[in-house]
Amino acid sequence: MDIKERDDRYNAYLTSKMPKTKAFPSLFHAFWIGGLICCLGELIKDLLLLAFPDMSLNVASTFESVIIIVLASFLTGVGIYDRIGAYAGAGSIIPISGFSNSITSPALEFKREGLIFGLCAKMFIIAGPVIVTGVVASFVAGIIYIFI
Amino acid sequence: MHKKQGKQTIVFEKSPCIIGSYSVVGPKEGKGNFAKYFNEIIDNDLYGCNSYEKAERKFLIRAINMAIASAKLENEEIDALICGDLMNQIISSSFAARHLQIPFLGVFGACSTMVESLILGACMIEGGFCEHIACATGSHFSSAEKQFRYPLELGTQRPPTSQWTVTGAGCSVIASKGSDIAITKATIGKVTDWNVSDVNNMGGVMAPAAMETLKAFFEDTHTKPSDYDLIITGDLGKLGSEVLMDLMEYNGFNLRTNYNDCGQMIFNNKQKVFQGGSGCGCIATVLNSYIIERFKKGTLNNCIAVATGALLSTLSSQQGDSIPAVAHLVLLERRKNDF
Repeated sequence: MDIKERDDRYNAYLTSKMPKTKAFPSLFHAFWIGGLICCLGELIKDLLLLAFPDMSLNVASTFESVIIIVLASFLTGVGIYDRIGAYAGAGSIIPISGFSNSITSPALEFKREGLIFGLCAKMFIIAGPVIVTGVVASFVAGIIYIFI
Repeated sequence: MHKKQGKQTIVFEKSPCIIGSYSVVGPKEGKGNFAKYFNEIIDNDLYGCNSYEKAERKFLIRAINMAIASAKLENEEIDALICGDLMNQIISSSFAARHLQIPFLGVFGACSTMVESLILGACMIEGGFCEHIACATGSHFSSAEKQFRYPLELGTQRPPTSQWTVTGAGCSVIASKGSDIAITKATIGKVTDWNVSDVNNMGGVMAPAAMETLKAFFEDTHTKPSDYDLIITGDLGKLGSEVLMDLMEYNGFNLRTNYNDCGQMIFNNKQKVFQGGSGCGCIATVLNSYIIERFKKGTLNNCIAVATGALLSTLSSQQGDSIPAVAHLVLLERRKNDF
């Protein structure tokens, strides 16, 4: 048996032996936590509009995002968000609260390496690709927008 | 005088022995299956330090100091400290050695370091170059996560094949005489790579290396698994040890009766660690507590210890390389003649 054949057979065997994540419970956890976070966002927006009737919908939505970001960042700091994440998976990563967590957690982790090269530089190791993708996507969307 | 048997196996005629041992672990390990065997359980994984890297160092220093004390020796009487860990540039070991002021040899074999250092130490004792040698290693969950994976507070899910790095350190002090727990044989493993590149499945990566080393040992010594009381591997975890048993069976060796894995044993099922423990500290703490204790009680007369290490860095895996692994083996036996 040559080496490549052995490796392929071993990898196929390993894949068959690997425990799989159960799809339905994972999806359910993600769905209800993700849904809950979105409902909370909507609630904050409605309360803002109720408290400040002159506020425009756009401004209220921005404040809603800001509040969710601060809240998630706080929960990361006190060590709760990683537990939510371990339970909900994508349900707590996809909403903007997940983005907040992905910036706060490396900032906490690397604060011991100093303010500049630790905290500030390492803050974006997880969220960096998201920001790059966002900028590239908006650039492409902008180009398309010129022509239509 | 042939001190080599077969292709890869060393025979220690003077049988260097383990005269002192100590294990110190973190809080999670202290709630696991070996809680009553560990010499010391620290209830705060920062261990009074301001970073996890410094805590890892302190665990290591504690284990080395206390192992030397358990051998009824002073630090000045130790001729060499052979030590390694998982951190980049093995900082935990060299910084611990800076504190201890014992002549220091730093080794790196990832999670195989404990056995690697025991083999090197035993060779130096056998050769008559040293009287007493301390062999130590340790790891820390939080510093390993930071270096190899994600920030601790990041809300991600661990895949079901993942393992949990053991927080703790273990040290063995070996000498030419003074105890009946002897290192009689050792097999130095080859770096094995069966083209697995999944960083979340270390058991699957390292099982072929363990198989190669065990096979080499049995062939070199013309023995079979049932000739030994116990065979342990370092940190293959549940999946990895099943894979190893299958691979050994495929090669005509039956491991199913007297084999276990430290990673699989160290945590209990309620601790949510998926495949079990991993890291240098895994076999280091189990070997220096549970295994030595069983030798002392007389319930174990010989034991094959195989430590497996995955020799990857974050760079190599990000560049798409598969993960090489190595496994080293020592045979611990109760010395029959006088000591």
